[in-house]
Amino acid sequence: MSVSAPEGRRSGLTRNIAAKIATLPMILTALVVFLGGTIWTVVYSFTSSKLLPKLAFVGFDQYERLWGTERWIVSVKNLMIYGVCMLILSLVIGFILAALMDQKIRFENTFRTIYLYPFALSFIVTGLVWQWILNPEYGVQNVVRSLGWTSFNFDPLYNQDIVIFGILIAAVWQGTGLIMCIMLAGLRGIDEDIWKAARVDGIPMWKTYVFIVIPMMRPVFITALVLIGSAIVKVYDLVVAQTGGGPGIASEVPAKYVYQNMFYAQNLGQGFAASTMMLIPVIILVVPWAYLEFSGRRRHG
Amino acid sequence: MNIRVTAAVLAATVVLPLGVAHATDLEVTHWWTSGGEAAAVAELAKAFDATGNKWVDGAIAGGGDTARPIMISRITGGDPMGATQFNHGRQAEELIEAGLLQDLTEVAEKENWKDVIRPASLLDSCTKDGKIYCAPLNIHSWQWMWLSNAAFEKAGVPVPKDWYEFEKAVPALEKAGIVPLAVGGQSWQSKGAFDVMAVALAGTDTWKKVYVEKNADAARSPEFAKVWAAADKARQWSKDTKVQDWNQATNMVITGKAAAQIMGDWAQGEFQVAGQTAGKDYTCLPGLGVNAVISTGGDAFYFPKQKDEEKTKAQMVLASTLLNKDTQVAFNLKKGSVPVRGDVDLAAANDCMKKGLDILAKGNILPDSTMTLSPDTTNQLQDVIVQFWNTPSITPEQAQAQFADIIAKAD
Repeated sequence: MSVSAPEGRRSGLTRNIAAKIATLPMILTALVVFLGGTIWTVVYSFTSSKLLPKLAFVGFDQYERLWGTERWIVSVKNLMIYGVCMLILSLVIGFILAALMDQKIRFENTFRTIYLYPFALSFIVTGLVWQWILNPEYGVQNVVRSLGWTSFNFDPLYNQDIVIFGILIAAVWQGTGLIMCIMLAGLRGIDEDIWKAARVDGIPMWKTYVFIVIPMMRPVFITALVLIGSAIVKVYDLVVAQTGGGPGIASEVPAKYVYQNMFYAQNLGQGFAASTMMLIPVIILVVPWAYLEFSGRRRHG
Repeated sequence: MNIRVTAAVLAATVVLPLGVAHATDLEVTHWWTSGGEAAAVAELAKAFDATGNKWVDGAIAGGGDTARPIMISRITGGDPMGATQFNHGRQAEELIEAGLLQDLTEVAEKENWKDVIRPASLLDSCTKDGKIYCAPLNIHSWQWMWLSNAAFEKAGVPVPKDWYEFEKAVPALEKAGIVPLAVGGQSWQSKGAFDVMAVALAGTDTWKKVYVEKNADAARSPEFAKVWAAADKARQWSKDTKVQDWNQATNMVITGKAAAQIMGDWAQGEFQVAGQTAGKDYTCLPGLGVNAVISTGGDAFYFPKQKDEEKTKAQMVLASTLLNKDTQVAFNLKKGSVPVRGDVDLAAANDCMKKGLDILAKGNILPDSTMTLSPDTTNQLQDVIVQFWNTPSITPEQAQAQFADIIAKAD
């Protein structure tokens, strides 16, 4: 600080030189690793690379094959079902839990810890735990049957049609706690006076939440949205731990397709093409967020 | 105190890399982790340690599908192990092309591998541009079906002698509450079982047309439709297996919970570990009892290039140890596989292994499909088969058409 302060009066480029030098490694990392890596992947997705990357261009062949592959189509469908449900469920449940916690209940700390606790577990552990819970011979089905309902059937992980919801249950259980905490922080940031004003005007509580508080919490929702969104696109380990993509290929997801092609099938080109396709929803999510975030900051000065 | 500890830690970090660089420790990676397999690996380690070097075991659990990506990324990432297992065939093709693997031609010529290794196709698949890049270790054949004698006794039917008799015995097995066919959940297992049915039921010629010549018309033919019809039945017989690993499925046969398993001869190691005797406790049918052939898949060791001269020397020693007569016998007896040398004495072999050796001597051999198809194609075929196996709504005709489309584009 003491060094850079006197120099601060020079031209824009040399102002705060120490700070700029300090951020240089991060800028380089961002440019070379993130941007460079992304461009490299996109370029090689147009080649016929097998085990090792080779610059032998084949145009859109990899993409044609990708969209003609049953497994990729199943993966994308699964991701869409999973994504929409996960987004809605974790936002709604997260917000409701946060709103309930915000009622100045007793033992709030304890409840908060309980709800946040699953988030401390890795997806692998979560997946294995829920594999057991949903196993028809040991888990929920067995418990309910032993209570008397012998016709009760609940084996999502062994049923092709609903296996993705079995994975969804585990994901919601794991992820909602964090969303609740973010929402709770947002709710605490709402001025007490607004609640008082709403009460004076005789507005019912649910209306205050829906029409006043939630619009005020926009930045919090955007943060939650980005967190959930990126977690959705990269879902991989949960599926591997819970079902391994089975039964058959019914619970495959895009990230797993990428891994399978790059490392197991020794077809890098195909894996790169798939990961480039995965990049597109990420860009769709991140660019508007970045735009909002940066333009917002400038506005507040 | 603290300084002393720090100094010790620092010293240790300095000593460690030095130690690695100068000792002739050789890290060997492989995916042999089941009971029978681990016993066989111990034989290799013993033989290598006897040469004054040290075998550092780098077993990777979870099967070849899990292990191969790890091995390949270590080799391409500049952290090569001393030696590594791959299957015979095309898995390491590009590593050789990229110049990442050690040339073994010198050892091979000195020890006459060309004359002792049989069938010659095994050494051919190690050879690229006239140079030898791997040491074949054993021959594993997929073409076996393992039957539990106890299960058939319980169901009150005689132990079948071929696939068709087995088919007739299924209703009795199901009535007795026995799973007729054990197929684990990992996708390579249903793929393997399907390939065995293809060799046995469509016949060797059709199999060769589809898997070697990549002839899509043969894959669409009524001959090949028989295989899909059989697979349609097999998927219904196996739906109650509900285990993942192959050795768990084998264990169902050992304990009599399941009547049969279509699995390579490595399953035999499990029967041995369980103390069962061929012919008395279990029965083996090569080629499903219909078409007695041996496919010459199996394992070979590859040696990634090393910077350190000492290590390269140790690699050569290991290569020659693997093909040593005594090692070949000791390893293969434990593993349940057939030695790659034709000139060793296998008096200790059990009934099933002798059947296999007989077939081999008669020359009824086929290449393994991993030797004729690229990993990419294998992966695509596997997707079709595993989806068919687990989705009752897919008809055999639909699956056959998908399969043929992939064969048409195969490389």
